[in-house]
Amino acid sequence: MTTLKAQSMTVQAPPEPKSQLLNSGKCGMLCLIVSEIAFFGTLLAVYLFYIGKDPVGTIAPSDVLDVSVAPMKVVFNSIFLLTSSIWITLAVRCLARGNIMGFALWWLLTILFGAEFLVGTGMEWYGLIAVEGLTIRTNLFGSGFFTVVGFHAAHVTIGLFLLSLVFVLTCLGKMHKRHAEKVELLSWYWHFVDGIWIAVFTIVYILGN
Amino acid sequence: MTALDHSGNPLRAKATFLGRMHEWVSTADHKKLGVMYVTTGLLFFLIGGLEATMMRWQLAVPDSSLLSPSDFNRLFTMHGTTMVFLVGMPILLGVANYIIPMQIGARDLAFPRLNAFGFWLFLFGGLLLYFSYFGAQGLYGMGSSPDVGWFAYAPLTERTYSRGHSTDYWILGLLVSSFGSIATGINLITTILTMRCPGMTLMKMPVMVWVMLIDAILIMIAMPPLAAAQVMLLFDRLMGAHFFDVQGGGSAILWQNLFWFFGHPEVYILILPAFAYVSEIIPVFCRKVIFGYPLMVAATVSIGFISLGVWVHHLFALGLSPMVNTIFMGSTMLIAIPTGLKMFNWVGTMIGGKIRFDTPMLFSTGFLALFLIGGLTGVMLSVVPFDWQVSDSYFVVGHFHYVLFGGLVFAIFAAIYYWFPKVTGKMLSETLGKWQFWLLFIGFNLTFGPMHVSGMLGMPRRIYTYHADRGWELWNMLSSIGVLVQIAGVTFFVWNVIQSLRKGKDAGADPWDGWTLEWATTSPPPEYNFEEIPKVYSCRPLWDLKHPEDPDWKYE
Repeated sequence: MTTLKAQSMTVQAPPEPKSQLLNSGKCGMLCLIVSEIAFFGTLLAVYLFYIGKDPVGTIAPSDVLDVSVAPMKVVFNSIFLLTSSIWITLAVRCLARGNIMGFALWWLLTILFGAEFLVGTGMEWYGLIAVEGLTIRTNLFGSGFFTVVGFHAAHVTIGLFLLSLVFVLTCLGKMHKRHAEKVELLSWYWHFVDGIWIAVFTIVYILGN
Repeated sequence: MTALDHSGNPLRAKATFLGRMHEWVSTADHKKLGVMYVTTGLLFFLIGGLEATMMRWQLAVPDSSLLSPSDFNRLFTMHGTTMVFLVGMPILLGVANYIIPMQIGARDLAFPRLNAFGFWLFLFGGLLLYFSYFGAQGLYGMGSSPDVGWFAYAPLTERTYSRGHSTDYWILGLLVSSFGSIATGINLITTILTMRCPGMTLMKMPVMVWVMLIDAILIMIAMPPLAAAQVMLLFDRLMGAHFFDVQGGGSAILWQNLFWFFGHPEVYILILPAFAYVSEIIPVFCRKVIFGYPLMVAATVSIGFISLGVWVHHLFALGLSPMVNTIFMGSTMLIAIPTGLKMFNWVGTMIGGKIRFDTPMLFSTGFLALFLIGGLTGVMLSVVPFDWQVSDSYFVVGHFHYVLFGGLVFAIFAAIYYWFPKVTGKMLSETLGKWQFWLLFIGFNLTFGPMHVSGMLGMPRRIYTYHADRGWELWNMLSSIGVLVQIAGVTFFVWNVIQSLRKGKDAGADPWDGWTLEWATTSPPPEYNFEEIPKVYSCRPLWDLKHPEDPDWKYE
């Protein structure tokens, strides 16, 4: 019984075992998203914990972020980011059906909407830093705000980079129907970035005020 | 088709030294990476052990001035950080890397290149931490290695109190290596869920695979919060944020909560693999099926769940409300139930078995005894008033060394003796192995047993020296003598590995008469593991193969 050949394993009598398992790409992406949620969950828990703990007199969220009084810029940007999730779904569907042209168009729209959100965040930050004088060193609100929103924006940036990469490949004619599954994984990441924004928006802009 | 040598490996021209190095550095093979993980982990184990030896040397006699207080602070910080992040983590990931794909009949992990990436992140994270001895001096000329303790309590870690860059190295080193751990954890989950060979349903997986699945899930959930906390601390230190800066309104207690929300699951991340190894070894060396397989699985899953909800027992001395303390006292006691269940199942496997006390079994039995003591002192510490009495004393140090050294390290040695023949094709010497076990067992108890007494007598942990009038001299002397015995034991191990690699007995494919799939292929296995992907019909595929007249699948 020293050298066992794997072939002899098939000689057994019982019913032939079936093997129908999950797709490993999907499983891996789901795990990545779970660990990202744990990461953002921690940041958001800290943000929640520090709401209202700043001394009176420093810049408070309601001075600079209030959604009802500010010119709705954030809401406007959020709509762009969230609708981009619809476009990316449509794009993946097109690719699965082999419609490369449609895929490219919806995909480009996703990138543009995502980029608009990032530009919007940049403008908001410019206003906060240059006009209102709120930085990460100002107080707890500043520390929490720039960390949470900054990490989200970093994830949007990574997403945009990957989306653009796919777009460039599409323009070079390298994307085909068979890539639909991989592109779908990227769309999951993008949905996650959007979903996290809902949590960030609720906590930072609504509960935080 | 390339020609194959006698063990099924493709025949190649004899590689040059550089060629071989290149092969190791550029590899994405789970077996090579596994070997590299375990080897680096063992090297860090020697470094961490050296740090411990220096501390014990200092503490052997009262009023000793061998080490300066600040050197002592650096040593216990580096010792703790090294042992948890650079010894425990890589070895458990390395063994899983090597063994899990083989046990589930796969040819590699799901994402081989991600696996290589994870290893190099771990290695360079570790090197970054140790580079602090040279780099942290920086322009400030103060502080070398981190000296804030392995759990780095705020506000000690803030810029005001920790000048120079030593704490930054602590943050960045761990951040880099824990990213590697998260990547490999995700890889393991995916591999286990999606790459099992035909017939291996979830309830036909070896216990080890189940345990490592739960372990990887804990890594995936518990390590990102540490990363988030460390990032916030880094922002405090480098950009002037106020998260843990008490002068700016930040909360030091928040850091403690965040750290231990990671830290306690981490303890289970470290001890679960020990459960995994002995669950494989005990049945094989008792010639019996593991007792209560479904209960083992259920216990593992419940430990995973409960371990996420016990962290506040590290903060009992903080003065939280009695309600909070009581709740976490309850959850901490609760986790002893599934853990105790496992103890009974291992003992149940041994009862009535034909036990062979080869070295792997010897270490597994040692694990049972020592982990039982560590577990019992753990239940004692979960009682809030008792915890108040001995919190931050040597009693706690004794407790967690019984769990992590007597538990994890003994199980790791069991695993090394068990799988070394598979990995290298050579047996480790039984004689040297038995010497190692007994020296380590005696030395271990001599070192950490007396710590319970010195702790009860009030000796706080992390003090660099003590006066002669406290009644702690005898216990500290005993602890320090024990270290020498342990060093002798580890020397036997190193000697054994070198000796056996050079002229050890040939192992053959299946030296222990094992039952899981890794024993179905040659030792060392070919790069593709299995010529043909095996099919399994029961928990013990190799039993079925060896005993076609009485296969397991008839009864399962």
